[in-house]
Amino acid sequence: MNTTLRGLMGACALTALAAPALAETLTIATVNNGDMVRMQKMTAPFTEANPDIQLEWVTLEENILRERVTTDIATKGGQYDVLTIGTYEVPIWAKQGWLTPLSDLPAAYDVEDLLPAVRQALSADGQLFAAPFYAESAMVMYRTDLAEAAGVSIPENPTWADIKLAAEKMTDKDKEIYGICLRGKPGWGENMAFLTAMANSYGARWFDTDWKPQFDSPEWKEALVDYLALMQNYGPPGASSNGFNENLSLFQQGKCGMWIDATVAASFVTDPTDSTVADQVGFAQFPNKEGVENHGNWLWAWSLAIPATSQKQEAAKKFVAWATSKDYTAQVAAAEGWRAAPPGTRVSLYENPEYQAAAPFAAMTLAAIDAANTQKSSVQDIPYTGGQFVAIPEFQGIGTAVGQQFSAALAGRMTAEAALAAVQTSVTRDMTRARYIK
Amino acid sequence: MARAVTTRTKIGYTIAAWAVALVIFFPILYTIITSLKTEQEAISGFSLIPSFSTQSFSDVQSQNNYWRPFTNSVILAVGSTLLALVVAIPAAWAMAFSPTKRTKDILMWMLSTKMMPAVAVLVPIYLIFLRTGLMDTRIGLTILLMLINLPIVVWMLYTYFREIPGEILEAARMDGASLRDEIIHVLTPMAVPGIASTLLLNVILAWNEAFWTIQLTTTNAAPLSAFIASFSSPQGLFWAKLSAASVMAIAPILILGWFSQKQLVRGLTFGAVK
Repeated sequence: MNTTLRGLMGACALTALAAPALAETLTIATVNNGDMVRMQKMTAPFTEANPDIQLEWVTLEENILRERVTTDIATKGGQYDVLTIGTYEVPIWAKQGWLTPLSDLPAAYDVEDLLPAVRQALSADGQLFAAPFYAESAMVMYRTDLAEAAGVSIPENPTWADIKLAAEKMTDKDKEIYGICLRGKPGWGENMAFLTAMANSYGARWFDTDWKPQFDSPEWKEALVDYLALMQNYGPPGASSNGFNENLSLFQQGKCGMWIDATVAASFVTDPTDSTVADQVGFAQFPNKEGVENHGNWLWAWSLAIPATSQKQEAAKKFVAWATSKDYTAQVAAAEGWRAAPPGTRVSLYENPEYQAAAPFAAMTLAAIDAANTQKSSVQDIPYTGGQFVAIPEFQGIGTAVGQQFSAALAGRMTAEAALAAVQTSVTRDMTRARYIK
Repeated sequence: MARAVTTRTKIGYTIAAWAVALVIFFPILYTIITSLKTEQEAISGFSLIPSFSTQSFSDVQSQNNYWRPFTNSVILAVGSTLLALVVAIPAAWAMAFSPTKRTKDILMWMLSTKMMPAVAVLVPIYLIFLRTGLMDTRIGLTILLMLINLPIVVWMLYTYFREIPGEILEAARMDGASLRDEIIHVLTPMAVPGIASTLLLNVILAWNEAFWTIQLTTTNAAPLSAFIASFSSPQGLFWAKLSAASVMAIAPILILGWFSQKQLVRGLTFGAVK
């Protein structure tokens, strides 16, 4: 008896000692943007419900994060348990076997509620590999007051001809009002995101089915010539160094008639605390060229994924399911209002009348995301997937090199023809070296 | 007449010196100014007059606790510097006072390790850190930073030691000083200005190192360089916050440099004029 009692006491003591030791720390790698920062502050319900899981955040600049995570996964480091990655990485990394499939998510997660376009972009071989935290497409944001004063109307589905006309009418350079603001800063995720979507909407493609670059095609030429003409005639000065943030600032200060960019910008430009034009913003779909049924196919989703190298798969899965759940959205809405809810991921959010009332851009954002086809971004036949990018590992380097030439053309250092000829040569060389072109 | 020319020349030199200093200091000054602006002001063009908003500083602190990376930076910078001195003083002593035919080659070889881009050895070092459990530890980074800066420390100390007459060390030896006594009690006190400036420069280099400290850390050992890197944002305004984070990160080293500038300059120009 005595021995049994002692044994039991010992076991109890051991259990007591073991309990805190079982507490797991999840290391979450993330990027610095408003929604992610907000999430870090709102994890209390999760940690209260899961006292055995602690959260450590590593916030890094997007490119550094990509570099760090790639090194870690490639060397099987296992430094991270949850990764914040986008629609570009998910299919590539999933194919490499770097990510854990999210197959057995709890029923309450309701996978069917995810927007089909987003779900498809985060899947490989029909299997979901990342849970979307927020998603975006691209659309036209324009100043309703300037359009009215200029006597132009922008239809819900504008063509590039409509955009050109509106830009011309709205421009008043003496008052520092520029008809159109577009990205010009070089980078695969900067100007090339926009220009790839624009080229898609002109019927162009990056590569033919033999992976031969198509910059010598009439579609690319027309798209680039029109882009340069729009920006040089009606754009702000120094546009070749403008990215998302610079254009956001210009638009908020009332200096842009139109801005075509990520749908996530809609909540910034309509926010009265930062934007001087919050009440005067209208929205329209990403333009297309007459006769080309393609609205750019821009789709990006910052998503949470679990690296196959993580030693804490179950805890990580719990966290991912919580952070991208309907409950989390409701929690954000309760704390900061429905406008702040992470957009673009769930059907139920767009069906919610409170969200529709709080977010005037909801319907247009949903239409843009629904219209995006990342499996076939061009009207021509293509060997790749991806919307405003080409989902191959080499695209970061190639896309940025092309972006530099196009940015130089925008700055007036070369013509559209010269830029296209230069990138045709350099991309052909890169694709041959990477053994795509046999 | 001659005097007037001298004065004028002096004024000219002074203005030129201030102009050069201002050009060099301007990026830091502008960072400080930007940190006192609102995000809207920060991105809306060039302006030297901020609205003296301290919002960015409080945002930075609430988003990411400053003190943990700060402590890590202090430990890494001071630790790696002291470790480097312990290794480099005997090495520099040997090369300065008992040179061989190969001394110059060894010095050159040491320096040549600095010529290779760091990223070239990222994967091997990453793997070594993983396998030895040094990943994201202060001790691992301290050793690495010591090794990275060692060539410069050895070179600087070697240059200073060469200025010290070997006869003094010989005299100490004649008086019965052991090798240890010779280095600690005779050589080191004489080379204090040189050692001090080497120490300071190395602290600055280690403090500002931003490649390895970001690549080899996640949360536990991440210093201020990783802290700054966390404020850049692809979508959303962040310039003022980034500037505030940078000011908070460079302030300690800037203050240290300010107070020790006399030592630094004396050390760096030590032996320059003969």
